[in-house]
Amino acid sequence: MRIGVVQFPGTLDDDDALRAVRSAGGEGVKLWHKDRSLRSIDAVIIPGGFSYGDYLRCGAIAKFAPIMDEIINSAGSGMPVLGICNGFQILCEAGLLPGALTRNGNLHFLCRDQEISIENNRTIWSNDFSPSEVITIPIKNGEGAYVADPQTLRKLAEEDLVVARYVGANPNGSLHAIAGISNETGNILGLMPHPEHAISELTGPSRDGLRFFTSLIQKSLR
Amino acid sequence: MPKIIVNVMLKDEILDPQGAAVAAAMARLGFDFAKSVRQGKRFEITCQEKPTQADLESARSAASGLLANLVIEDFTITVEE
Repeated sequence: MRIGVVQFPGTLDDDDALRAVRSAGGEGVKLWHKDRSLRSIDAVIIPGGFSYGDYLRCGAIAKFAPIMDEIINSAGSGMPVLGICNGFQILCEAGLLPGALTRNGNLHFLCRDQEISIENNRTIWSNDFSPSEVITIPIKNGEGAYVADPQTLRKLAEEDLVVARYVGANPNGSLHAIAGISNETGNILGLMPHPEHAISELTGPSRDGLRFFTSLIQKSLR
Repeated sequence: MPKIIVNVMLKDEILDPQGAAVAAAMARLGFDFAKSVRQGKRFEITCQEKPTQADLESARSAASGLLANLVIEDFTITVEE
């Protein structure tokens, strides 16, 4: 399975995402923000970082990159898309996911291990988890507070579109402690914490993050 | 040269921790008149000539598509001669 990983100017976590794809049994394909072809990939990851320096708003410039036209088209026809951190911000800015990510409530940039609970294990990206499983993976963000209007929040709850929530004290003021959401069809996941940094005990707090990648890749092999 | 001014503010219902931090600093410094502070962004777009109605319509679409995120922000457009 070929999984694209997009690099914008200012992207940080593309190498870790590629490594996670390989560890999960997939083939990582580097994509550049100016590419106009998705190079026959089966799924795409928009990794974390500070695309275009996060000027204007996080993800606001990245949504106009040439590669995003292709991703938006393919996502609409069901291609799996995972946006992590800045990638989540980009997906919201691009309108692929509802809501927006704003400045952390305490204004602090957070970088630490965080417990999250898997609220929906039936998406393409989360089916390798047990229902309500609690895992520990890093968060590192300054603008990770998820906000949306009340109707959107109600829809997310009613249609089971919240995929992950923070456990314990809310780290950044996210509404309903939301750490990750999916679209209605479950092929697009936006996640504020970083599963790609938790794929081996040598470098991360756990191996829990790997299962977001195996959810997609191993299922395709079964 | 004339300018189109786009002011972007977080919607009232969106928490503004930067504005709150500024308000706290003002209180510490004794600026007692300040009840609360909201922080926004101002864009000054310099034009070749006095903007036409069509230019202002274009500015409006730039503001709603790029300068502001209407999920969390509102904007106003004015012209400075």
